[in-house]
Amino acid sequence: MDDFNSETDSDYTSYWRDWFISSRGNEYFCEIDEEYLTDRFNLTGLNTEVQYYQHALDLVTDVFDFDCDDDMREAIEKSARHLYGLVHARYIVTTRGLAKMLEKFKKSDFGKCPRVLCQSQPLLPMGQSDVPNTSPVKLYCARCEDLYNPKSSRHAVIDGAYFGTSFHNILFQVYPAMLPPKSQRRYEPRVFGFKVHAAASLGRWQSDERERMKERLRQARVETGFEEEDEDDEEEELEDEDMEVGDGFEGAMVQQ
Amino acid sequence: MSSSSQVTESWISSFCGLLGHEYFAEVSEDFIEDDFNLTGLQSQVPMYKEALEMILDVEPEDDEDEEDEEEEDEDDDEILGDERPTGYRRASERRHLRMASDLSVIESSAELLYGLIHQRYITSRPGIQQMAEKYELQHFGTCPRVHCNSCRVLPVGLNDTPGHETVKLFCPSCLDVYTPPNSRFQTVDGAFFGTTFPSLFFMTFTDIDIAGSRNSAGAADALLAIQQANRDAKNNATPSHITSINGVAPHNLAPGLGPGSIYEPRIYGFRVSERARSGPRMKWLRMRPADVTELDETRRYWEDHAGDGDQPDEEDLNMIDVAEGKAAPTDRRKKLQARRRRANGSGGGGGSPMDTNGIGAAG
Repeated sequence: MDDFNSETDSDYTSYWRDWFISSRGNEYFCEIDEEYLTDRFNLTGLNTEVQYYQHALDLVTDVFDFDCDDDMREAIEKSARHLYGLVHARYIVTTRGLAKMLEKFKKSDFGKCPRVLCQSQPLLPMGQSDVPNTSPVKLYCARCEDLYNPKSSRHAVIDGAYFGTSFHNILFQVYPAMLPPKSQRRYEPRVFGFKVHAAASLGRWQSDERERMKERLRQARVETGFEEEDEDDEEEELEDEDMEVGDGFEGAMVQQ
Repeated sequence: MSSSSQVTESWISSFCGLLGHEYFAEVSEDFIEDDFNLTGLQSQVPMYKEALEMILDVEPEDDEDEEDEEEEDEDDDEILGDERPTGYRRASERRHLRMASDLSVIESSAELLYGLIHQRYITSRPGIQQMAEKYELQHFGTCPRVHCNSCRVLPVGLNDTPGHETVKLFCPSCLDVYTPPNSRFQTVDGAFFGTTFPSLFFMTFTDIDIAGSRNSAGAADALLAIQQANRDAKNNATPSHITSINGVAPHNLAPGLGPGSIYEPRIYGFRVSERARSGPRMKWLRMRPADVTELDETRRYWEDHAGDGDQPDEEDLNMIDVAEGKAAPTDRRKKLQARRRRANGSGGGGGSPMDTNGIGAAG
């Protein structure tokens, strides 16, 4: 790929997008269709956002034909990456874009949730703001509905606006079957087998909040989406608490 | 102990220097040499004696000298001391024969034994102190959760018996456990750290400001600083005179949770409704009452059951510490009574949260 980079100096640069998405650190991006890029409507407003907009666009669409010195070239290259990112944020909420990102999601290209109880749920990239240069990309776990920092520092520098605040939520609206079941299990801090009081009382308070939410949903006749759902299960849950055995979490305790 | 171990690197420090063993503290030889600390381990570790000798760098050649020393020690506190040396000698002879073939077995036994001793050591006074130094230096990394603001984490096991789970990281800011980011830690047994350590750590060092690291990390970023200020303001419904709730300072009780630290899903700026199929369901996991006195379950219970007789003393009721003596017990009670109405609807365990006959009775 490095050879390829030097090749872009020639007049006939091709496959800039290929190079871009396959270069190290850009694993989160999917390839934007040529068609989408060349439709000016999709680029509305970006000309004010990106320096050397026309040159950058030419570079991205592989029609770059402009003699300039290295510094200029560098600047255009940088603008092209920025432009690609901003178009990417728009593209991934289109039908084709969502499908492409879904494939990457299924392959866990964005990593897996570090939370132990999420059992390696695949993540989705997201931004905390749609305005560029506000905050770097974060990863969303659909199982615990929380945000995590990317493991690798080369991903931690990508702008969150290249993915946007809506994409991951739209994906699950379009593909509700991809929603993972939600778990009610939690980690319980223990000392010598005994629950830590402060953490345990917070846990009980949170469980009350959860039950209230489930009650609200039940009254609204909405599926709650939790793994263990029926009253039987709730009783079981209580029993579990009684016996303190089993699954390593609720029952993570000293054994003889 | 022996001068030779100081010349070359000891087994313990070379073990702790291995790739993936960065979380381990170096257990002091004094701790290992105290038999009391090893109670019960003999039955858990194959080739226990050899493994122990390997950990302590007791060379078979040195046995003669070692034995003399040990003999003296033994004589002091044990009458059976006379019988020991012969046993030792025979063991060492046998060892010479099988040394080559069994070395790898002994090595893995030594690692297991060291891990199990380590689990005990880091809950002891010198051990937890050593881990505190490693914590300060951020040897265990930080929480991957965005709203925990790179809070420092501690290693934890999900089981105290080896062979079940690898080591995980406990975040005091969200009270959750995470898989270490680097796969090299996926070969380290969680039992070598144990289930107790991180919680005991924060019970021991109550002065540590759990969220403290965010100030240095976050101050650089103006936006983060503003968000932080916002969050603090929202979180600050707790009366300021309260210094402790359920044994923890309010600012150290899961500072990464609560209003402002819960992800709110939005599409084009509009919140996704709870009633949507893809709507939020897990907010409870990251919730925390804005006023932490809501978590004073004992008082709440007895205020609900005011007439039920056997009410404990005022002293026993109090899970809250206040800064200025009895600054506001009465007005707190009023607040709690108002709050009680809300809390009533919570089915959950029924009965008293403190009722040990029901929920807490573990087998």
